[in-house]
Amino acid sequence: MSAVHAHLLHRPGNTPVHRLAPQVKVVAAVTGVLCVVATPRERFWAFGLYLAVLAGVWVIARIPPGWLAARALIEVPFVVLALAFPFLAGGPTVEFLGLRLSEHGLLSGWNIAVKGTLGVLVSLTLAATTTPGELIVGLQRLRVPTMVITIATLMLRYLDVIAAEARRMRIARICRGHDPRFLWQVGATARGIGTLFIRSYERGERVHLAMVSRGWTGAMPDQGQPAGRRTWLVGLIPTALAAIVLGIAL
Amino acid sequence: MTGSVAMHMSDGLLNPTTSLLFVGVAVVGLAVATAKARGDLDDRTAPLAGLVAAFLFATQMLNFPVLPGVSGHLLGGALAAILVGPWVGALCVSIVLVVQALVFADGGVTALGANVTNMALIGTATGFLVATALKRFATGKVGLVVVAFVAALVNTVVASLGFVLEFAIGGDPAFSLGAVTATVVGVHCLIGIGEGVITALTVGAVAAVRPDLVYLLRGTTRPLELREGTPA
Repeated sequence: MSAVHAHLLHRPGNTPVHRLAPQVKVVAAVTGVLCVVATPRERFWAFGLYLAVLAGVWVIARIPPGWLAARALIEVPFVVLALAFPFLAGGPTVEFLGLRLSEHGLLSGWNIAVKGTLGVLVSLTLAATTTPGELIVGLQRLRVPTMVITIATLMLRYLDVIAAEARRMRIARICRGHDPRFLWQVGATARGIGTLFIRSYERGERVHLAMVSRGWTGAMPDQGQPAGRRTWLVGLIPTALAAIVLGIAL
Repeated sequence: MTGSVAMHMSDGLLNPTTSLLFVGVAVVGLAVATAKARGDLDDRTAPLAGLVAAFLFATQMLNFPVLPGVSGHLLGGALAAILVGPWVGALCVSIVLVVQALVFADGGVTALGANVTNMALIGTATGFLVATALKRFATGKVGLVVVAFVAALVNTVVASLGFVLEFAIGGDPAFSLGAVTATVVGVHCLIGIGEGVITALTVGAVAAVRPDLVYLLRGTTRPLELREGTPA
């Protein structure tokens, strides 16, 4: 699952969106999604405008819509949930194609589907234009505590190592005839996870010793650049547009 | 798959006030967990917690079968609490969730506070409290495995109750809370059984090789076992 899309989300590029300081992008994305979530669900036009603003960012960042659509499929379970709402909620009903649908349910389903989808699209845009390492630097510039930054950095750095180890162990199991179909056949997988934990922990101990012997003092060096006032102003333009839409919609 | 779908909330499920409220809850909880985690691991905290977080991330990619065609993956709250303790566990699970939301677009960014509260804070706390309460039964291999199973099952169900609480505060009032509770808790009882089985077997496997690494077993000493007989 995650293993497959681990590296597919970032689209290398050299557009203004890619070059924008990561801390600005994180703030822009989070406040942008907050605007979307705060919009009353009956203002259908507002969500169209949000999409238009986001599409503008995609044009600048040169992200093709098809690329985003394929990756937005992560949202599908929530859309299915939203489709179920018109049949489940109570209250006054409307007739549509011979089906009796709850008005409340229709609105709730629309609410979750549209806000969830816009949220995923914003997250995808952020991930597409920012490498995981840059995101961590962005969080560091936003004064997230040092310990959290260090843990996150090491996690991202060793994720591939641990994931590859897990994959090798899985292939080794399959080579030995492992073909589980039911929950009670999960023993070998679970013992594999146990072994993976021991190997990760022991690798952590070795990594720590290696770091100490190379002069580790307890904090990652700050690799980011402070973003100037101009960068913040330019970077937050899409979010400002979203805030204006929200202001009108409220 | 079912696990992640059912528990990573997307944007729009909760209203903005509630989202921000739970961001606050998550930040306070994380600050406490960070401070306490330092005490658990001293200067080795960061590298070890980083590798444990990578491990949790990697295990979420491992799917295990539930029924033909249906597979689930580990959420890891109880597993982390039992193996590395509640503080380091909560910290690692939170970081996994933040990275999943920002780097992998998995789970809404405004729902992040609520997701962290449910899975990292409520999840590991419940798992650890249950495991600690049952600790005296955790003697021997079978006892430990049973305790781990119960802790993971209860942890999954209680974490889903966290969602019910959030939905009651800031969800859509059009839905009767009873129906939402019944659905969510029902689904998570099933998920919890899978979570419990795999957590129990994993903890058992770790305890068999490196019992010193199991946080829950700290402070317990196993009597020295002398085995006599000719080596095979």
